[in-house]
Amino acid sequence: MLATVLGTGAAHAEFIFPEKDELTFGFIKLTDMAPLAVAYELGYFEEEGLYVTLEPQANWKVLLDGVIDGQLDGAHMLAGQPLAATIGYGTEAHIVTPFSMDLNGNGITVSNEVWAMMEEHVPHDDAGLPIHPISAEALAPVVEAFNDRGESFNMGMVFPVSTHNYELRYWLAAGGLHPGYYSPDNTTGQIDADVLLSVTPPPQMPATLEAGTIHGYCVGEPWNQQAVFKGIGVPVITDYQIWENNPEKVFGMTAEFVEENPNTALLVTKALIRAAIWLDENDNANRPEAVEILSRPNYVGADAEVIAASMTGTFEFEEGDVRDIPDFNVFFRYYATYPFYSDAVWYLTQMRRWGQIAEPQPDSWFDEVARSVYRPDIYMQAAQMVIDEGYATEADFPFGTDGYKDPTDAFLDGVMYDGRQPNAYLDSLTIGLKGDESVGG
Amino acid sequence: MTAMTDPDTLAVEKEARRERLFTRINKADGTFRVLGLSWITPLLKIMAGDRPGAHLKDIWRMLAVPLIAILCFLALWATLAPRVQTSLGAIPGPQQVWEQVGVLHSDAQREWAREAQFYERLEARNEALREAGQADRIRERTYTGAPTYYSQIWTSLQTVFFGFLIATAVAVPIGIACGLSASFNAAMNPIIQIFKPVSPLAWLPIVTMVVSALYTTQDGWFEKAFLTSAITVTLCSLWPTLINTALGVASIDKDLVNVGRVLKLDTKTRILKLVLPSALPLIFTGLRLSLGVGWMVLIAAEMLAQNPGLGKFVWDEFQNGSSDSLARIMVAVLTIGIIGYLLDRLMYAIQSMFTFSATR
Repeated sequence: MLATVLGTGAAHAEFIFPEKDELTFGFIKLTDMAPLAVAYELGYFEEEGLYVTLEPQANWKVLLDGVIDGQLDGAHMLAGQPLAATIGYGTEAHIVTPFSMDLNGNGITVSNEVWAMMEEHVPHDDAGLPIHPISAEALAPVVEAFNDRGESFNMGMVFPVSTHNYELRYWLAAGGLHPGYYSPDNTTGQIDADVLLSVTPPPQMPATLEAGTIHGYCVGEPWNQQAVFKGIGVPVITDYQIWENNPEKVFGMTAEFVEENPNTALLVTKALIRAAIWLDENDNANRPEAVEILSRPNYVGADAEVIAASMTGTFEFEEGDVRDIPDFNVFFRYYATYPFYSDAVWYLTQMRRWGQIAEPQPDSWFDEVARSVYRPDIYMQAAQMVIDEGYATEADFPFGTDGYKDPTDAFLDGVMYDGRQPNAYLDSLTIGLKGDESVGG
Repeated sequence: MTAMTDPDTLAVEKEARRERLFTRINKADGTFRVLGLSWITPLLKIMAGDRPGAHLKDIWRMLAVPLIAILCFLALWATLAPRVQTSLGAIPGPQQVWEQVGVLHSDAQREWAREAQFYERLEARNEALREAGQADRIRERTYTGAPTYYSQIWTSLQTVFFGFLIATAVAVPIGIACGLSASFNAAMNPIIQIFKPVSPLAWLPIVTMVVSALYTTQDGWFEKAFLTSAITVTLCSLWPTLINTALGVASIDKDLVNVGRVLKLDTKTRILKLVLPSALPLIFTGLRLSLGVGWMVLIAAEMLAQNPGLGKFVWDEFQNGSSDSLARIMVAVLTIGIIGYLLDRLMYAIQSMFTFSATR
């Protein structure tokens, strides 16, 4: 009884107390903030002696600034944010992450008008349904048609260093469309672009699409399913189909905070691991309950049926075209929460690919940055405590890994990615910077 | 047995009672008027036995007409709203909005229950700590759950009054100085003219950055977000007070000023005894305008900066995009309007307590 109330392992003789126990964490209204909501609602934070306030933030910029200036002790972050901040792209600050929040969970949606134009270029099966995954090649003629009538083709993503920006760019480039470069002088990311990408905060995506400012977007759930329910757009591809089990959000804190409050960081990670286990337990058996929690107005707040559409193993493309994607949102399986260096390196390669990292960097640099931001040491310590308390087994965690996943070609275009050789990977991509190239102007 | 009372005396006494009653009603009328309930007076007079004729007309004008107008508005709203289809469903009518009032209230109740549970758990935890010999670890904590609708209202009110108090503290002295000295007024005038029309949304980023830079303590008295909103309110709401104070001070009776000179009053006495009393009505007019502006600005500031309060409630609901969101936002709009009205009445009441020449 005492052990559970105090949240420390029965096996441990002494208690671990957090240095700072009243914490404020920020999040964006997206289903992948679920581990935070679950850790709070199921009392995991409290069991670790942590008194947490969860605060929704207006957009990713406000959230990052909040963490940097100390208003927030930690936050649900885009995986690119800690990396970009640490290498000084955008706001500079050393942010670290001991916990990766999920795999997959995003989609690319286009407006009804664009879908109507795209559909004729998409192959259909015997039942008359479009064959997935849909390549951006089907979008190319649409973009051309827009350009012919003197209009630019605009799409939204959520932040310059967001997963969504890179996924959207990956999809477009794999289909032969150029999404544009960044340069030190021009941070719009629209140099040489066929498709103009701009920033819109996630929850505003459907409204912006409806207003006609953008013709499509890449965002996390529930904002793709929301477009289907509102009847304003059609998701054409999920990120699971672009890169199977791609890493998504992370939980970020400043390096300074983690250094000053090592126990706090450890206990937060432990609570989050437990929440992730709960989310995936027994073949997603707890997901309906998670959907109910997320639909509360102080978390994601969208209608429960919209959130459930992607959280319970399915995804609705066109209205009525519901398909099974059991791994659309993975919170714990496949070592989803372990902060792999190779995941960090992939984000860095994309920053280099699109010119956010203007100068070429040696392979060793990618490894160093990944090691300074990703903190599997904290993760494994927390994991050991979770095992000791009987919430998980050793098999649930990647003991013995060097932090690099095996090379994989589970991408839409089948290109092989090896995190140990980022420059070789960059060279193998057709569109994008490689070698010593840089963008002028 | 008892002496028969003369019917004349009785009538006189009755008349006197009536007279007293009416004096009292007329006296109360001032209060009703301040509260915006002036329709009670004619009602009371009829009940006290006055002839209804003229009063009925007053009641019609003060009570029935506004009520009919509100009913017409509700009817129009109920018929027109469902015809506007948005992607979140039809615009909610009065009934859906009223339902959300109930939902918000039961949400708040649920949150209060959870709060109570939280304190029970905290107590159990402290008890366990005590038994484990870790008594020094015991702490009192506040509940960290989601804010209820009521607590959002309370936060907004606190913020607006805090900002308004700073604004008053800044604006009144500067206004007096402007009114007393023509040169000072000439110096201030361009600055006032330039900064007066600036929108809160333009101040907000600057205030946010400055507060973040200067207010670096983590465990100070105020939340940074609270300070940011409050200071934005200050910056936008100090102008009406400043201008009206200057005007009020500048326009005091020249005879009074001369008397002050003859009596050789020192500056402090002159300001306290001569200037302030005669400038008070205009100062209060300024304060009333300032509070109104402050309330309006606050909602915008909270919305943009995601600072706790009603503005954030509106923004969060807009972002939620649930099928109840529009109705909830309308509840907030009505709340904001009603509170704004009450704030104005409050200032009017204070104004009429301090001054005799207050006109509406």
